[in-house]
Amino acid sequence: MALHALTIHELREMLANGQVSAVEVTRDVLDRIEKVEDKVKAYITLDPELALQQAETADKKLKDGTGGALCGIPVSVKDVLCTDGMRTTCGSRILENFVPPYDATTVVKLKQAGAVLIGKVSMDEFAMGSTSEHCAFGPPKNPWNTEYICGGSSGGSAASVAAGECIASLGTDTGGSIRQPASHCGVVGLKPTYGRVSRYGLVAFASSLDQVGPLTKDVTDCAQMMNVISGYDANDSTSVPQEAPDFRNALTEGLRGMKIGIPKEYFLEGLDPEVEKNVLKGIDLLREAGAETVEVSLPHTDYCVAVYYLIAPAEASSNLARYDGVRYGLRDKTSDALVDMYRNSRSQGFGDEVKRRIIIGTYALSSGYYDAYYKKASQVRTLITEDYRKVFERCDVLVSPVNPTPAWKLAEKIDDPMSVYLSDILTISANLAGIPGISVPCGFSGEGLPIGLQIQGAHFQEEKLLSAAFNLEQRLNISHLRPDNL
Amino acid sequence: MKITPEEILHVANLARLHMSQEEVGAMVRHLDDILTYVAKLNELDTEGIIPTTHAISMVNAFREDEVKPSLDRVKALANGPDQNGESFVVPRVI
Repeated sequence: MALHALTIHELREMLANGQVSAVEVTRDVLDRIEKVEDKVKAYITLDPELALQQAETADKKLKDGTGGALCGIPVSVKDVLCTDGMRTTCGSRILENFVPPYDATTVVKLKQAGAVLIGKVSMDEFAMGSTSEHCAFGPPKNPWNTEYICGGSSGGSAASVAAGECIASLGTDTGGSIRQPASHCGVVGLKPTYGRVSRYGLVAFASSLDQVGPLTKDVTDCAQMMNVISGYDANDSTSVPQEAPDFRNALTEGLRGMKIGIPKEYFLEGLDPEVEKNVLKGIDLLREAGAETVEVSLPHTDYCVAVYYLIAPAEASSNLARYDGVRYGLRDKTSDALVDMYRNSRSQGFGDEVKRRIIIGTYALSSGYYDAYYKKASQVRTLITEDYRKVFERCDVLVSPVNPTPAWKLAEKIDDPMSVYLSDILTISANLAGIPGISVPCGFSGEGLPIGLQIQGAHFQEEKLLSAAFNLEQRLNISHLRPDNL
Repeated sequence: MKITPEEILHVANLARLHMSQEEVGAMVRHLDDILTYVAKLNELDTEGIIPTTHAISMVNAFREDEVKPSLDRVKALANGPDQNGESFVVPRVI
């Protein structure tokens, strides 16, 4: 297999014993980008020269034995994480020329581990979307079939990993934005427990829901990335002061003693039959690996979309008030009055979906409506969290589909935001409760589009998710498959 | 729910956004769809339920108030659309 098609752990071994150099790996990934990027459109900003410089530094460190866990590994980073000196647009015209003066903590950790930053990848504007079509610079495409969406909002992350345009990526997940594109692109995506990974330097969308996590080619790589990015950060007051384990210890054969809950509400009416078939097959394999399964109920699942589409826009409307044309970002230079400058800058800079969410959020928080909408939603959020608390008394993890359907065609649902919002129904609850969730590939649709299986666990139980995901991956044996049509 | 164009314009003003007539029309439809959908929350009795404000229960994150280096002014101003080396410049306020 070509270098760009390999995993972190395969490449690390080859780099460590001198079979290849970091420069060779980086060049191969850059060549791959040269070849397929026109079709995939995963990147917003690329810096090949800087990447090669970092690769040279990595080679020196490999030689003198000081290389970290990702030394010489080309990675991409979602364009919502600040990168010192490298443009960070959030997929928005309003930040088209924004060059952050510092690195996000997760980016610092990647760099300290020796990773080679290839560039910044595409996303729905300010992470608001499920298809990446709301990127102001054009949508990334699904590498398995470029007529289809790659999912979102971390669509560029998922597409770049699947297409071999990087070895691994960092994304963010506010309502499914790592797991959903991972599922559509046939890669592994983990949303960690809220507070496990620092949000410092992550441009805020909905602060009580946002979390940074890895997208990788297999579960072992996911564990390696988690080892690098996890841990307390004094710069993020919501970061939890708890030691992170070595996540690779979870990657062991067999699931004897593990109790898996199958939430009946997740096998909803309208679930695509191919999704259902592949997920059920995955569950059978988890049983074969020794796990015991039990049907459970999360009775408030049906309310999660309603809760999310009040809370997330409310937080967003407040967070996005900072784009006023004063300190950074687009400014309308024709306005003579300050308030006109605010209004004109924001109206020119934000796209339709962002405006829509700001309006929803501002409405829900406005005088006279707060109790009926935001407070009510926050109370139902408590009920959703309680549902999880109860089932995790009885089982270790929950297994379900990630998305109700495989990827759909680009532009198919662009005029029907409500139907796209509803497609998030299986991923949103994890964010509302702050629990971890992983998407791991479990098969393909008849049209050859990937399907993911979701595993959720209680707070700080990522190891259980990784353990179940690893055993599924071993038994399915599809993690080496790559799109061959590009 | 029936949202009026006036309500959309009021909220847009609060959010400091312009809306063309066409945008207002589309927004009336979308907000109406969403509010109709979220009304299903009223099926639930939430009397006495404490609203969630933090997904992970944490006490206040206090730290010592130490003087540490912060972002230097040149870097902090570098992204300013209009700045004079000391401050961000904005249109006249008064």
